[in-house]
Amino acid sequence: MQFFERLMKMDRRWVFLFLAVVCFITYYVKYEVPIYVEPETERIYEFIDSLPPDDIILLAIDYDPNSMAELHPMTYALVEHAWRKDLKIIFTSLSQNAPGMADQAIRDISDSVAQPATYHGIQFPGKDIVNGVDYVFLGYKPYYALVILGMGQDFRLPFPNDYYGVPLDSLPMMKRVINYDQVACVISLSSGTISDAWISYGQGRFGFPLFFGLTGVMTAQYYPFYGSGQLSGLMGGMLGAAQYEYLADNYGLARDAMKVQLPAHIIIILFIIMGNIGYFAARRRERSGGVS
Amino acid sequence: MTFSAFLWMTFGIFGTLAIFSFLYKDNPFYKFAEHLVVGVSAGYFVIILWHNGLTPNLFQRLADGDWYFLFLNSSKPWYLIPAILGAMMWTRFSAQYAWLSRWPMAMYIGIATGIAVPLEMANRINKQLFAMMEPIDFANFFGTQGFDLLDPTSGLSQLIVFVGAMCALIYFYFSKAHEGVFGRVATVGIYTLMIGFGASFGYTVMARISLFINRIQAIEAWRATGFDESNPEYHGGFPAVFWVILLGVVAYAIVEIYQHRNRPPQSEEPSA
Repeated sequence: MQFFERLMKMDRRWVFLFLAVVCFITYYVKYEVPIYVEPETERIYEFIDSLPPDDIILLAIDYDPNSMAELHPMTYALVEHAWRKDLKIIFTSLSQNAPGMADQAIRDISDSVAQPATYHGIQFPGKDIVNGVDYVFLGYKPYYALVILGMGQDFRLPFPNDYYGVPLDSLPMMKRVINYDQVACVISLSSGTISDAWISYGQGRFGFPLFFGLTGVMTAQYYPFYGSGQLSGLMGGMLGAAQYEYLADNYGLARDAMKVQLPAHIIIILFIIMGNIGYFAARRRERSGGVS
Repeated sequence: MTFSAFLWMTFGIFGTLAIFSFLYKDNPFYKFAEHLVVGVSAGYFVIILWHNGLTPNLFQRLADGDWYFLFLNSSKPWYLIPAILGAMMWTRFSAQYAWLSRWPMAMYIGIATGIAVPLEMANRINKQLFAMMEPIDFANFFGTQGFDLLDPTSGLSQLIVFVGAMCALIYFYFSKAHEGVFGRVATVGIYTLMIGFGASFGYTVMARISLFINRIQAIEAWRATGFDESNPEYHGGFPAVFWVILLGVVAYAIVEIYQHRNRPPQSEEPSA
């Protein structure tokens, strides 16, 4: 039992170092983790996949760069899937540090979609994505609850211009769009309380199908809204992103990361078990008067 | 990739390592990176607010008026009202006129409360209650595909959610001692809560590891760009950037160790 007691007294920086080494090594080992797709992620994919061409979806990039790790892969997988299906996208970013990052992501995905590729064995010839025709990026406005309500009346109320300063009325795609009535669904990729506002002020007030992509920390607390039907689908953390990439047959950063997640979790679980054994061993020794 | 783009990429990797260096101990590299993040975030927010908020939603809407008429002759002069209310917020910096800031605050809180109360009540409380009061689906008790506990629409899932929620609520009822049957129901409530916390903890671990993996991916992208000669974006001058930064870090470490060794030993006895 002394082994476990010594572990209890070990400097925690050794744990950090060990975990970092495991993560680095497994990242460079070539293997793939099987992905089990949960129904809540599948519902998002199936909804997007079932929409006819030229339908419009609203994608809210409601996260800051500090949540890129989990939510950026969702953005890439979702947008590529939607553009391959010839859907139009209205982008917003109601998080204050998001617009620049979102703009960069849109450009990156546009470049990617322009290249020919094969998905599910079907050749996709590539497509030029045009601002104002295939997408509109509305940018950021403060006080997200009021912005969400305002967009329900008319997108032009909170956003008279798009992110690049172009009046919305001059954009071809926005000529047939007034408010949420012309939008097939809203997908919010969020790392904060903006998700609550989308539920209360968006879906609750206007009744559109609402899907969430959330950081891992937030996911568990939003399952009740999925159970009650207020959310039509839900992606949780990097695992949710990996599931979407798997469904869309679009290998990306999330699936690449899964081969590190698995051993990292095993290591953490082992550390938790060892820590508990050490704790109970130390307690038993203490109760028996320090004699092992 | 241009040399300056690679320089910025390298700076990003340096920032990553500087932040992670806090896991060893607090140090100037970490402090630098921390202050940089806070400063850049604040500066970026101000600029975004100006260009995406004030300019299109206020200045452009008053732009057809004349400043010498205080924009009262613009086609939308009512936008002056929120502008004035916004300006009144700044009176908080004056002890004499700080009371003026209460007007916009009162208006903002009043509107926000008026909007929030009915919608929050309807969507975050009532709809959750209704969902829990759904009749148990005995026709689909074990799920659509045989015995499936993960099917949220199955009668069994509904029953588990209902019982778990009721027991958790009873745990928070403190007007009666948690003894006997009541105590045992409260204990089931504790287990329900622990399952919830466990699920949150599992997701949190995944989230933290995700952040680290993302940084590994960034480091790998930087390595592939800067050191892999087969990469089309490789430039012969890229490795020099790495060596210059490494030299700086090593020089700092040497100075730190030298100063640590030559530091006079601190007296353990407090001086009189």
